[in-house]
Amino acid sequence: MQRLNHCNVRVINKTGDKMALTGLEIFKLLPNTNCKECGFATCLAFAMRVAAKKINAEVCPYLSEEAKEKLSDSAVQPIKLIEIKSGDKSVKVGEELVMFRHEKKFFRQTLFSICIDDSKDEKEITEKLENIKKVNFNRAGEILKFDLIAVKDKSGDKQKFCRTVHLVKNIIDFPLILISETPEIVEAGLNEIPGDKPLIYAANTKNWEEMTKLAKRYNTSLVVTAENGLKDLSELSGKIKNKGLENIVLNPKSSNSAEILADYTLIRRCALEKNYRNLGFPTLLYLGDEDSFINSVIGICKYASIIIFEDLKEWEYLSLLTLRQNIFSDPQKPLQVNWGIYKVGEPDDKSPFFVTTNFSLTYFIVSTEIEGSGFSGHLLLTDSEGLSVLTAWAAGKFSGKTVGQFVKESGIEKCISHRNIIIPGYVAAISGELEDCLPDWKVYVGPQEASDISSFLNEVWLKENKI
Amino acid sequence: MEFEIPLKKWSGRIKEVTIGTGKNSITIGGEDTLPFHRFEGNIPKKPVIAFEVTDVYPSDWIDVVKEPYNEYLKNPVDWAKAAVEKFNADVICLNLRGTHPDRENKSADESAELVKNIISEVDAPLIIQGPGSSEKQDEVLNKCGEAAAGKRCIIASALQDNYKTVTATCQAYGHIIVAESPIDVNIAKQLNILISDMNFPFERIIIDPLTGGLGYGLEYTYSVMERIRLQALSGDAMLQMPFICFIGQEVWRVKEVKVPEYVEPLWGDMKKRGIHWEATTAVTLLLSGADILVMRHPEAVSIVRKTVDRLMEKP
Repeated sequence: MQRLNHCNVRVINKTGDKMALTGLEIFKLLPNTNCKECGFATCLAFAMRVAAKKINAEVCPYLSEEAKEKLSDSAVQPIKLIEIKSGDKSVKVGEELVMFRHEKKFFRQTLFSICIDDSKDEKEITEKLENIKKVNFNRAGEILKFDLIAVKDKSGDKQKFCRTVHLVKNIIDFPLILISETPEIVEAGLNEIPGDKPLIYAANTKNWEEMTKLAKRYNTSLVVTAENGLKDLSELSGKIKNKGLENIVLNPKSSNSAEILADYTLIRRCALEKNYRNLGFPTLLYLGDEDSFINSVIGICKYASIIIFEDLKEWEYLSLLTLRQNIFSDPQKPLQVNWGIYKVGEPDDKSPFFVTTNFSLTYFIVSTEIEGSGFSGHLLLTDSEGLSVLTAWAAGKFSGKTVGQFVKESGIEKCISHRNIIIPGYVAAISGELEDCLPDWKVYVGPQEASDISSFLNEVWLKENKI
Repeated sequence: MEFEIPLKKWSGRIKEVTIGTGKNSITIGGEDTLPFHRFEGNIPKKPVIAFEVTDVYPSDWIDVVKEPYNEYLKNPVDWAKAAVEKFNADVICLNLRGTHPDRENKSADESAELVKNIISEVDAPLIIQGPGSSEKQDEVLNKCGEAAAGKRCIIASALQDNYKTVTATCQAYGHIIVAESPIDVNIAKQLNILISDMNFPFERIIIDPLTGGLGYGLEYTYSVMERIRLQALSGDAMLQMPFICFIGQEVWRVKEVKVPEYVEPLWGDMKKRGIHWEATTAVTLLLSGADILVMRHPEAVSIVRKTVDRLMEKP
């Protein structure tokens, strides 16, 4: 019995009212008949699998109502994992566990999908797709790009739709969303991409039975929409689940920004805090023409798993891709890095020597700028307890004396033949005290903004230091 | 299971803080729910926008953000007037960077004179932001606080290691204090305790959690604000203050707003890029509870205003 207590699952939210059951507690709620109808030899074995979230307790056909109620808390992942595939390219959403990123993290970033309209001509479509491919930025070691292409049946013409799906598939390897209200047209599109697992948009109260059959037959995921709020959405998704389709994505079709915030927050809350199985799915936000930029910021921050954009301008996607990276970054990663010497590029004994604080953002920004300047350098991060330059200096943690001390302890004197140190421009005030502390050294006051490091190195540093 | 929409009711409420006096006064705060969750709580006051005005010509501002104010930049009084009359500023934030010893090193008396002029000629409540360096900060804020006595200005800022003089200034002259902490819930709370231990009223404290711009720390600010607001709504009286976010100052320094389009064509038009960088930072922080946003570009402000209007429509 001792072993079962190991099958613990962690608390779902911080308020603690959803402590998961151990294997032993689950076993106590089972009929203990060892009937094997669940596929396991004993109720004990089944209980352990449920505790480990490998199987849903509802698989047992003989659960009492009371047991069902209690065991629904031990269901598998509260928000279903959905995968969308094209060839060997795959993207995933779902399996989120928290309402607020600081409680743990948001696991899967919002997927961005750009729309291709099948009523446009081939040249225009090709150009749009080529532009989409170009969006590929490296920021802090991560690639920022779009994720999906949504092919939209605007024409109402099966042939046109298929030709467009075919064209898209030839030009770009992104997984697809197939948008049409007509099951026949969706099916034709599906036949263009055999073996792929696109997302079908969408099932509504009129076409849901046919769309569900299609999704099941072709093994794809299906977006479920409703016009009249979460109760209707929940009922329709329940009907679809009862037909045996579990790969559902929800679109509550909110009519304005306030509704988007309310609907997507409540769906996540229902899934995580109430364990409503009918709403335990990722969400999709299909932006209209009105307020699309504002609504995309709301969607990224507030629980939209996928966003469909008709189009995006450069200045819009630069901001939105960066915002997405920020919101979905791991808050558990420490805000500071260890103090010490960091090599940027391949520095030698003549390379420039910089000093700054060990706030992780400072480190990322400064090292990126040194790298981007084309120079290699030695970067000393002092232990400022993770404070940024100005904050550390104001708190007395980045004075001339402090910096001098770290320079002496760092061992930099073994790495460089010169005795020049570049300090951040905002703390020019420490140069006097630093020079007193390091009498053989020359202090260069660097730029105030890291983005000026390159011009500083080229215009000031290089003049006096031949590398 | 019967379908029931799970609405949250909180035990705590954010204090209402009134800035300015008479017909120019404006009140912020008062929320009893998460930002813009009007579907389950009350949000009696809309967030407001302060336009930043510097006491000296902002030579380091890039052209994109100088351009809307071109004729006024040499005279802060005219600039503040234009911000209110042309761009509907709710509040003016006077940034006294010119008093910094490493810059123009203007005197506290000169600043006090400027504050007097702005108050008499501009119809909007005022934020007075000091130069940031410790010795000058206290002196400048004290003189300006005195010059603005009784006008319920916002004085920025008090820090954990330097709050006593600023608190005394705000106490003596009836102003509102900005309590600034370095993206840290515990320090934010501690500073509010220290300030209120000097018998300073809760209803005149505003929290500055320190803003990181988009791509440069935004998510740190966003999360610390969510944590503070959640604690406040759960009943922690020491954190039940409105938020102020100094957005323009953070955003308009970064690489992404300065690089011309010909250098990075995939980044697009420089002006629109900067505006969207500022707007994205601001809208994100609206969602984490910003009650006053200090901004620069009027077009970014328009986007933020539209966002507030949309989010305040009852769903």
